[in-house]
Amino acid sequence: MSEYAWLIPLIPFLAFVAIIFAGRRLPGHGAYVAIAGMSASLLISLVIAAGAITHGGHFEPVVRTAAWIPYGYSTLNVGFTVDALAIVMLIVVTVVALMVQVYSIGYMHGDARYPRFFAFLSMFSAAMLGLVLANNLLVIYICWELVGLCSYLLIGFWFERPTAMRAAKKAFLVTRVGDVGLFLGMLTIYMGIGSLDLQTVLSHESVSTMAKTIVSVGPWALPLAALASLGIFWGAVGKSAQFPLHVWLPDAMEGPTPVSALIHAATMVAAGVYLVARTYPLFAYSDHSISLNVVAYTGAITALMAATIGFTQYDIKRVLAYSTISQLGFMMMGLGVGGYVAGMFHLMTHAFFKANLFLGSGSVIHGTGTQDIREMGGLKKHMPRTFWTFIIATAALAGIFPLAGFWSKDEILLTAFHADKTIFYAGVIGAFMTAFYMSRLCILTFLGEPRDEHIHAHESPRVMTVPLIVLAFLAVVAGWVGLPGKNLFAEFLHTDLLHLEHHAFSLGIAAVGTAVALFGVLLAYIVYMTPASRTVAALGQISVFRFIHSLVYNKYWLDEIYGVIIIRPLFAVTRWMFAIDRWIIDGTVNAVGWLTVAISRVQGWVDKWIVDGLVNLIGIVTRGAGLILRRTQTGVAQQYAMVMLLGLLALVYFYLIRAG
Amino acid sequence: MQPINCYLGVSAILFCIGLFGVMTRRNAVGILMSIELMLNAANLNLVAFSAYGPKHGLTGQVFAVFVITIAAAEAAVGLAIVVNLYMNAKHVNVDQVNLMKW
Amino acid sequence: MTGQGVAFAVLAAITIISALLVVTIKNIVRSALFLALSFVGVAGLYILLNAEFLAAVQVLIYVGAITVLMLFAIMLTQQIMSAKISQTTEWFWLALPMALAMLATLIFFFAMRTYPVNPAPDALAVGTTMPLAEALLKPYLLPFELASFILLAALVGAIVIAREEKPGATD
Repeated sequence: MSEYAWLIPLIPFLAFVAIIFAGRRLPGHGAYVAIAGMSASLLISLVIAAGAITHGGHFEPVVRTAAWIPYGYSTLNVGFTVDALAIVMLIVVTVVALMVQVYSIGYMHGDARYPRFFAFLSMFSAAMLGLVLANNLLVIYICWELVGLCSYLLIGFWFERPTAMRAAKKAFLVTRVGDVGLFLGMLTIYMGIGSLDLQTVLSHESVSTMAKTIVSVGPWALPLAALASLGIFWGAVGKSAQFPLHVWLPDAMEGPTPVSALIHAATMVAAGVYLVARTYPLFAYSDHSISLNVVAYTGAITALMAATIGFTQYDIKRVLAYSTISQLGFMMMGLGVGGYVAGMFHLMTHAFFKANLFLGSGSVIHGTGTQDIREMGGLKKHMPRTFWTFIIATAALAGIFPLAGFWSKDEILLTAFHADKTIFYAGVIGAFMTAFYMSRLCILTFLGEPRDEHIHAHESPRVMTVPLIVLAFLAVVAGWVGLPGKNLFAEFLHTDLLHLEHHAFSLGIAAVGTAVALFGVLLAYIVYMTPASRTVAALGQISVFRFIHSLVYNKYWLDEIYGVIIIRPLFAVTRWMFAIDRWIIDGTVNAVGWLTVAISRVQGWVDKWIVDGLVNLIGIVTRGAGLILRRTQTGVAQQYAMVMLLGLLALVYFYLIRAG
Repeated sequence: MQPINCYLGVSAILFCIGLFGVMTRRNAVGILMSIELMLNAANLNLVAFSAYGPKHGLTGQVFAVFVITIAAAEAAVGLAIVVNLYMNAKHVNVDQVNLMKW
Repeated sequence: MTGQGVAFAVLAAITIISALLVVTIKNIVRSALFLALSFVGVAGLYILLNAEFLAAVQVLIYVGAITVLMLFAIMLTQQIMSAKISQTTEWFWLALPMALAMLATLIFFFAMRTYPVNPAPDALAVGTTMPLAEALLKPYLLPFELASFILLAALVGAIVIAREEKPGATD
């Protein structure tokens, strides 16, 4: 069955084509076609996965390649690789995509461009699945750009809203900045190896070649492997919203909530993590390589920074957005300390519970009509299914035993503890913060008394709550494949390309993780549910805390900083360019035109007065001479005689006198 | 005997007087008279060379005879023209005859 | 001073002075008469040059025929005007220098040369009449005949030119 893996991205793509052209005439206005396509892909993925699992620990990855563009002495190939990593991603993407599409039937009901939504969802799924299956870096890049395009189209789905369009542009441009790094990384690889096929690039020989080739610029010297992996990581920074390219993700919440769930929680933003994992040999060319350090610390900074911002936001989707950024930071941290398995594990579990959280928030928005949690409260009574699934997912995210998040987060902490203690402490603090802000969100949204009497909340229809239930279920059980002692996940992901360390389960670390999570929940309860909230509110008036709150609430002013450093100079440059174009280039063209007219006038003058003048002059001279000379014809014969005599005298003079 | 140059001188003077007359007389007949003077001067020249000339013979005189003949014919025709002019213009002042003026 | 020299001087003076008067006198009739006198002077010069026949012919034709003819023409074309009108054209002062220049040329270049001639003319024994007649009828017969044609042509031409046009008459 793995030979037919190419069908997995193809079927959603065909669904996209069909819906684009025939949308409204299709069953369910295109929705059923999309769902059918996605189900087909899911089915094939499950079959492939089942086949792989039943083979036991080691199974040969299926690789198919075809020559695409021959040039010079070599060819660009296109093909797919079905290995453990790919299978994991396939399952994640197809499951979440299917749930989101089902949910969208209810959420997007009545929208004017309903079919187009499903078309874009299908195209996105097709591109994401293609990215996951590709075994050539160029094809990955193409799919990378395609998912970026779909993100832009979907964020700006309600394009009548200027905020949505600005957010779409911002997302596209910021990820584009990251894509430059990815492309440079690809070029470095091509320079070093001469091929972009993953089979070749990730082989032991290629990696050691890249590791041994040192490039020195001035005082800095780096192996090619480091340069390539850092370039690729920069692309991941953009796509996975790490610091400093994280600024687009919160704004991307302008898009419809299913989009946020699918793209900006579970799949597209995970593409960066996937890419790092895919090219992991280039990162881990040596222990404690510089690339891995960069990955780990970037992840740590991002995780902590985003978590702090999440403390203060009031928009339900914003909180979840910052949570996503923070969790992606966790995944990067995991990968950075050598936790290839840990990072991917967290990616999988995070996809399920984050998607659930987003869809749940969509349900809340659908039911209450607002996104501001200050106006909510006491929704537990009115939206029970939404509430319970939300709570389960929150607990999973916070890392409460025995839900999925506990196992994946513990894996990360374990690996970090043995690799880099700093990262470990960062992870612990991050876990605490995660628990706190998620509990705060739950409490303010669902618990307590309703704060706005105008909101009459109602539960969402079944088509929206069923996906919630499914994802909640996965949020519970997905972690059980990574139980310590029988870590099926790790065994499944084993690959000969990497030297992966397996650490024995440590009760102490698990305890520490659970403890900080429970502490976070407790603290949130105290602050928001008990009368102590008034004390906290009073404390919050102190200027120091007010300053900190303002700093964090305004996202550390990063957007503003970018605006001043980058956006404004850029606009100044564009204004210059416009001026140059208008005054110099257009001016030159106009000047040429004016000059041509002037020259033609001069030439006209020359032609009229000089050329014609010469001709006229001849006539005038002739006439003038004639007017003068004809006076000799007086008509009087005696005068003619005199003239003759004069002539004769002249002849006499010349012949007789002069000649001697 | 006088040297021939005397006769030639007289002839020259006569010729130039006739020339002057041709150019300055207003009356048409006056012009014709001046022309006769010029012809006479030429005749004198011819006869002088015939007499003094190195060659024996009367060639010069024969020539002079013919010149006289022609002069007579020319005078007749010229005066006929003058009469015709008088009949048309009622005067014979040649400086008023400028119909061929530009 | 030989007799011939005196004769020559007198005749030359008559001729030249008469000629001057011809071209300057206002009265045209008197001008014609002085022309006749000038012709006579020339005839005298012919005689000095041993051309008696030619002298006779000169007097006969020039004085007798041509001068009379001129007088006739003068009479026929006499204007009823006073003689106060100047008979000289307005370009008198232009013509004078030119004529004098011509005179100077003729004299200096031609009259003052030395010619290879006999110093004195000798008279013929039989006179010039018979040799002249012989010359006219033997070597110069053709010009002689042509001259008569010319005279005929002149005769006819003069008649045609001078006759009065009758209105409406065609030739």
